[in-house]
Amino acid sequence: MTKELWKGNEAIAEAAVRGGLEAYFGYPITPQTELLEYLAKRMPGLKRVFLQAESELAAINMVYGAAAGGARAMTSSSSPGFSLMQEGLSYIAASNVPCVLVDMMRGGPGLGNILPTQGDYFQLTKGGGHGDYHPLVLAPASVQEAADLTYGAFELAERYRTIVIIAADGNIGQMMEPVDMPPMRAIPRRDRGWELSGARNRPRRIISSLYLQGEELERLNQRLQATMAEIETREVRYAESQTADADLLVVAFGSAARIAQSAIKDARARGAKVGLFRPITLWPFPTDRLRALAQTIKQVLVVELNAGQMVQDVRLAVGAAASVEFFGRMGGVVPMPDEVLARIVSAMPSASFDRDHPWAIAR
Amino acid sequence: MNTDTLQVVYERPAALLPVVTHYCPGCTHGVVHRLVAEVLDELGIRDITIGVASVGCSVFAYNYFDCDFAQAPHGRAPAMATGVKRVHPDRIVFTYQGDGDLAAIGTAEIVHAATRGENITVIFVNNGVYGMTGGQMAPTTLPGMRTTSSPSGRDVGTMGYPVRMSELLSQLDGPAYIVRRAVHEPGHIHRARRAIKTAFQVQQHAMGFSMVELLSTCPVNWNLTPSESLKVVEEQMIPYFPLGDFKVAAGVKELSDEHPSRQAQPAETAVIGKARSPIFGKATAGVFGR
Ligand SMILES: Cc1ncc(C[n+]2csc(CCOP(=O)(O)OP(=O)(O)O)c2C)c(N)n1
Ligand code: SF4
Repeated sequence: MTKELWKGNEAIAEAAVRGGLEAYFGYPITPQTELLEYLAKRMPGLKRVFLQAESELAAINMVYGAAAGGARAMTSSSSPGFSLMQEGLSYIAASNVPCVLVDMMRGGPGLGNILPTQGDYFQLTKGGGHGDYHPLVLAPASVQEAADLTYGAFELAERYRTIVIIAADGNIGQMMEPVDMPPMRAIPRRDRGWELSGARNRPRRIISSLYLQGEELERLNQRLQATMAEIETREVRYAESQTADADLLVVAFGSAARIAQSAIKDARARGAKVGLFRPITLWPFPTDRLRALAQTIKQVLVVELNAGQMVQDVRLAVGAAASVEFFGRMGGVVPMPDEVLARIVSAMPSASFDRDHPWAIAR
Repeated sequence: MNTDTLQVVYERPAALLPVVTHYCPGCTHGVVHRLVAEVLDELGIRDITIGVASVGCSVFAYNYFDCDFAQAPHGRAPAMATGVKRVHPDRIVFTYQGDGDLAAIGTAEIVHAATRGENITVIFVNNGVYGMTGGQMAPTTLPGMRTTSSPSGRDVGTMGYPVRMSELLSQLDGPAYIVRRAVHEPGHIHRARRAIKTAFQVQQHAMGFSMVELLSTCPVNWNLTPSESLKVVEEQMIPYFPLGDFKVAAGVKELSDEHPSRQAQPAETAVIGKARSPIFGKATAGVFGR
């Protein structure tokens, strides 16, 4: 297959279309607006639904309605808009309705700026709305991966009747990379037994998240927890490179992992045994694999585009098996690979570096 | 008695399930439910209809109507209904919303669903208070009216004026049919029923957004008996919220039996601030001259 050059936001939009997106509702916000604009052009020609909502609050509730109606529905936003969607997400989670969201994270808190960050990690993985739930969160590190994950997101969402979030940031949304676009997939036409379509020839159906009795609501929560436990055992995804002989493990996701990868290449060139562990599912977090790796590794360095959020999950996984350090930049400041390399060097015992290497950094 | 000649003149609409509702005695939510169910029966659309319940006393509407139903977050029913309708354009989609839901937290959603001419039907029950949470002031609470959060009566100087949603929405280009009716008395109930039927017919003919606002009672939170409450609708609410047709798009009249066989009440000029009843404190002096 020939690769084409795609901008991240547009690649996600096209991959969603090919993955069966039937109804998109969104509201403009940088740095994801091209996604909405692309679908404004693409969807009507396919006789699928595109609607610009009056707010993110409305957009997520339109998704809720369309998904309750059985359609493959999606919205996209960036951090401030994503915050507004939390109410709807909590209801969607409680109602067991599948849907897909894209959060193209930007600098916060507040209006912040439009630069890339990973500051929504807590909100994404710990459940930003009220109550006990976790969406399934996928963090691509390239445009290709963003397209692939989006393509498969609807089936994943439907398998568990859950929310799937593509968690990327302005870097991924705005950069252009060669992509092998997956083929157009037929939209499945089926009645899954729960969707609303009018009660013709069948008993009526209700989609609701209201349970006045404590025991009843607890049962719903137990069902949700059981589904989440199943997701935790079956859907954990991660990527790792050069971990077999590593003394130091860099843990990073999304575009931070791309930067870390460059730093690791330089470190390796100097003889330092550094590996990369990259969670692809932020929830469920790849705890078990990281715990196993920590048994053979002395040092862990977590790199994020925030003040240190995923590092908490890393510490939980690693426990006392290795020391965990953190390096992050905030406010949309994207570190250079050299900055990460400097952290790697300072975290490692000096013996593990080739002091005579021509690229050795002056410290 | 010769039973052969007996005719059924009154029975439960098929679209209304044979269950006891949770509404307080004398609450007109029950009347409105019946009217909607009768219309679903009459138009034969029960099995292609999807309702969207709001948050408020009618939150359990899905337990009473024998059709598919979704339960929306507070105020967001028009957005949720938009999503349902867009993926099921051949189905009938309606929301059932209270005034707190529609005119406070959900103002943006209703304005924009109306403005888009979204082909849905909105049943808007205006009882002037937040019923479910125990009778706080709503955007529709009349001037001077005492509620738990306006204990000395609504002072429009600090709390603002009631919002007339039908008038407001009728200013938009999107809606096809916006009327206000009341359900306090048989004649009015009949007119309300015909309006509800027209509103669903408007949707059947894909003519756009339709809304029927219904002046309703909340005896429990008004601290009145059911019959006193009905009087309040007549004497206090109708003067502030005049009944009438605020927007009737071209072609709507032809499809409904509401016009011209029986004249709909013309919109009257509202008489503001004359309200007095057990639920009103002293009308706040001078507020209307500001
Ligand atoms: C986000 C949110 N805010 C507040 C509430 C609490 N609440 C429940 S019902 C209601 C008022 C409903 O009043 P109205 O729409 O007038 O309906 P009624 O009960 O009078 O029929 C409120 C404020 C809620 N459920 N959700
Ligand atoms: S509280 Fe008021 S609106 Fe609610 S059911 Fe009772 S009377 Fe009706």
